[in-house]
Amino acid sequence: MNRKLAAIGAGAVLACALALPAALAEPVEETLSIDGVEMTTRTKAAEGLPFDDVLSGWLFREAETRALEADSFENPGMLYVERGEEIWNTVEGAAGKSCASCHDDAAESMAGVAAHYPTWDADSERPINIELQIDKCRVEQMGLEPYKFDAGEQKALTTFIKHQSLGEPVELDLGEGQMQSWWEHGKERYYLRTGQLNLACASCHEANSGQHIRADHLSQGQANGFPTYRLKQANMVSLHNRFRGCIRDTRAEFPDAFSDELMALEVYVTWRGTGLSVETPAVRQ
Amino acid sequence: MATPKPRVKVPKSAAAGEVITIKTLISHEMESGQRKDKQGDTIPRKIINKFTCDFNGQPVFSCDIDPAISANPYFEFNAKVAESGTFKFAWVDDDGSVYETEKQIEVK
Amino acid sequence: MNINRRQALGLTAGAAVFAVAGLRTVPAVADVAETEAAIKAFTGGAVPEGPGKLTLEAPEIAENGNTVPISVSVDSAMSGDDMVESVMILAEDNPNPGVATFNFTPMSGAAAATTRMRLAKTQNVIALAKMADGTFYMDKKEVKVTIGGCGG
Repeated sequence: MNRKLAAIGAGAVLACALALPAALAEPVEETLSIDGVEMTTRTKAAEGLPFDDVLSGWLFREAETRALEADSFENPGMLYVERGEEIWNTVEGAAGKSCASCHDDAAESMAGVAAHYPTWDADSERPINIELQIDKCRVEQMGLEPYKFDAGEQKALTTFIKHQSLGEPVELDLGEGQMQSWWEHGKERYYLRTGQLNLACASCHEANSGQHIRADHLSQGQANGFPTYRLKQANMVSLHNRFRGCIRDTRAEFPDAFSDELMALEVYVTWRGTGLSVETPAVRQ
Repeated sequence: MATPKPRVKVPKSAAAGEVITIKTLISHEMESGQRKDKQGDTIPRKIINKFTCDFNGQPVFSCDIDPAISANPYFEFNAKVAESGTFKFAWVDDDGSVYETEKQIEVK
Repeated sequence: MNINRRQALGLTAGAAVFAVAGLRTVPAVADVAETEAAIKAFTGGAVPEGPGKLTLEAPEIAENGNTVPISVSVDSAMSGDDMVESVMILAEDNPNPGVATFNFTPMSGAAAATTRMRLAKTQNVIALAKMADGTFYMDKKEVKVTIGGCGG
């Protein structure tokens, strides 16, 4: 069923390109380099994906937005990286520890780490992402409460930790624990049509990627730049916020952040971007 | 965000009389006074209303700011430096707070 | 092709739709008179001489009206009579037309500045430059503000 839908999706891209040439705006063919580090924004798609190349959302944005991400000073997301660094070094909680008390300099200890998240968490027997890993440390090591979803501190610290993997290619280990079955569930969710608009993730980001939805140039919906600085909110937007926003916009009930449903989707969507560089904090519309 | 934190980019050195580019960014919501909260009440305006840059005590550039400037205000401008010295930057908040930072430049 | 067509309809594929007044996110619009009054207050009643040495750069289409990059520059020696005192930016269809005024000095070295601004809808952005000799220049650019995706 999934495969059939995927095949229809791939066919639709071709058909649209033929039928509506004016509507299909090609992603740009440019190179993104941040502080001298070249980002992989286009690479061969992982086996099983119904297209040749995976593309970073950066390639779908206008020149001004692309320029904002390319300059690490002008990128407003870097304000949140700096805030995250402060939090990293701030002692908080009953145990009298900061993140740095255990992990020292994040530039070393966190380098490349987030490129392999979500990963399997044997304790909770489910995949764990950076936000949940931070919460686990807060509860088990620091004597603190977990962050409220999308608290400013949660977004800033997640952004800071992911930024330590800037330029690293996304690569998940699906062999760990039950990762493969969560990936399967995530894939089902990706192709599941929901809401009054009856749209799946794939409707926009696979079958119609490259088209416009009203004035938005539809990307492949990759996760490699999250948390991402969105011009619309003029703030960092987390991946689960974006998932919920997309599902809400299909006029459907939307799942809780970090629920099984959205964790499975994070595993699958992140996997779809295998080989793309971590771009956090990316800049998007 | 916590207390607004400025970021400033100034070249470390320049030739005498060179026109350099300065970039500044500060974390701030720039609450416009146009938005309403969930109860329908207007959220009071709270913005950075003034930005100034001085060099060795002399004004270089300033900006009077209205609520139409985006959150996390960004300003890029130039300065002509004749001697080594210190740039002082200040952002003035509607609530009277002033956020300041400074940068040295060496003129060869 | 049927599925494709349905999808296309559902997505209104390819349609570049621009924000118009009356949408829930668009607040009240300033009176034209307010923009004129702001220009008059800046020029003291003098009539600007067209763009002249002033250039306003703004994107033709803004990806989001909340963060629109704009730049102004005036070709000037920045000394004596050929000196730019200030450049004012206005957005005529925002709730209030004022955006920012950049004040320059001989130590500015060049009369150029870049910032990021909010535009409530598609409209003209106006830049006015005040020269030390009492001359004024005015440049104008229309920026189309798009509404994105299903959420608007």
